[in-house]
Amino acid sequence: MIASLKPYAPEIKPSTLGRARISAIGSRAFLLEAPGDFDLVAQRRIWALSKILKSWEDLSEIVPGMTNLLAVLKKTPEDPDAVVRRLLEAWDGAQSLDLKGKTIEIAVHYGGEHATDLAALCDLSGLRDREVVRIHHEATYRVFALGSAPGFGYLHGLDPRIHMPRKTIPSLKMARGCVTIGGMQTGVAVLTGPNGWNSIGFADLQMFDPTSPNPAIMAPGDIVRFVPARIEL
Amino acid sequence: MIEIVETGPFNTIQDLGRPGYRDIGVTASGAMDPLALKVGNILIGNDEGAAVIEVQTFPFRVRFAGDVMFTVTGAECNATLDGIELLPWCTQTARSGQMLVLPMPPASARLYICVGGGVDVAPIMGSRSTSLRGAFGGNAGRSLANGDVVAVGEAFDESLMPKDGMAVVPPASALSEVFPSSTDGTLLIRALPAGEHDLFGVDADRFWNQTWKISSQSDRTGYRLSGDPIKPMAPLEMRSHGIVPGVIQVPPGGEPIVQMSDANTAGGYPKIAGVIEADLWRLGQARIGSRLRFVRSTHAEAREVDRAVDDYIEDVRSISQMVKRALKAMAQR
Repeated sequence: MIASLKPYAPEIKPSTLGRARISAIGSRAFLLEAPGDFDLVAQRRIWALSKILKSWEDLSEIVPGMTNLLAVLKKTPEDPDAVVRRLLEAWDGAQSLDLKGKTIEIAVHYGGEHATDLAALCDLSGLRDREVVRIHHEATYRVFALGSAPGFGYLHGLDPRIHMPRKTIPSLKMARGCVTIGGMQTGVAVLTGPNGWNSIGFADLQMFDPTSPNPAIMAPGDIVRFVPARIEL
Repeated sequence: MIEIVETGPFNTIQDLGRPGYRDIGVTASGAMDPLALKVGNILIGNDEGAAVIEVQTFPFRVRFAGDVMFTVTGAECNATLDGIELLPWCTQTARSGQMLVLPMPPASARLYICVGGGVDVAPIMGSRSTSLRGAFGGNAGRSLANGDVVAVGEAFDESLMPKDGMAVVPPASALSEVFPSSTDGTLLIRALPAGEHDLFGVDADRFWNQTWKISSQSDRTGYRLSGDPIKPMAPLEMRSHGIVPGVIQVPPGGEPIVQMSDANTAGGYPKIAGVIEADLWRLGQARIGSRLRFVRSTHAEAREVDRAVDDYIEDVRSISQMVKRALKAMAQR
């Protein structure tokens, strides 16, 4: 993996309008979901909201997701409706924040023994394996959020032609490094274990070091490019 | 020092966990029954979040090297020290060479060995908890194994402890009024509807009304529940979002999963409900094969239970400090 620090030139687009949806998860956590499309515009507003919420003293954790954000309170709130109102107000006040990220190039071995779901993706998309691989590596991806496993980056920018739903029955032991597609998202598995995403290749890289002051290599806003090191079809 | 003489898999070092890193995908971990950990630590004179040994596979045997103050909390079981049965939830002092044996508890799932000074392993990212998924923290990021030796921190002065130990009424009894109980022995766990609850239509009612069984595919990450499958009215795929322990997700097969201490930090399955935090330790003590029903709750009720639990912990703290102060005064006389 090569990490180079290139400035990202932001494009300017109007913010997403419309009301966010807020729901509770148990007693202390509230999930805000942005309205509208699954795109960078919505995600920039999530990043802006995340920055606003950092000043709230009653929050213990802020977890940005894919065009959504989980706010975890320190205590069960007296008035949950008031929390919902405050979150909506903060959302309405959140404009757009573009995180200037570094560019990360990831060498990928497309196909081969780890590409357990490439054939199924060809069937679903009606594309040949070569085209699937080309479409995947020609795109430029943006790290929208981290989560699910230590240092795992959720990447946005997957071409709709190769979207593929998560599996009904997850693979029990998918290897760390598998390059995967889950719905409209793509990423690289950072742990070996059960995984419901679809694997099309393999990348050998270490995305997380718990002893480092900055344990995760990827950060929201980073740009990711997949570079085919080998294509084995 | 404590030598692990006999252990099964999945017994780990835990504290109150590693919250604050969900945004980089790091599971909080921490004890499945944080209340037992807090009370045990307070009794023994530790900070309430000191690291302990969580035991969930039995039997478990340890030998003490040096004099160590300890208490065993969590599930009720007939723990013995050199063959002599110990009072549960009571402080003890083990002498060098003595052997503590924890047999399988008859009803609940997990025991905590809290030692004076806490289990002394290096904190990583602010916590001594073992992250089994991340393979770091605790005892080299893995479960305890036969022959492992774990260090113990510097303890509170044992001469300031009552000679015959100090015991506390376990929370399940002390707080029985704030925790619901059923007539048929089914565990009742309170939860709030979550994001996709209403999209399950009539199956949402079946979620609340039926009795679920905790399947054998359950661990510290999550409990899989078996029962009549429930399905949303139309297939749903969510954008990945942050989740917390207690969230009840429904994968396409229709059998819910409750995320527990080693919960994933993000999910994409529809969420039907979320367990209120004050009931999570009760679920953490539920055994594989046991039955449970969810009871629809409110934030107001969750807050009341939180308050009752906080008051109980505060009582344990103030009474144990009072006893220690009295003993100190007597010693100085």
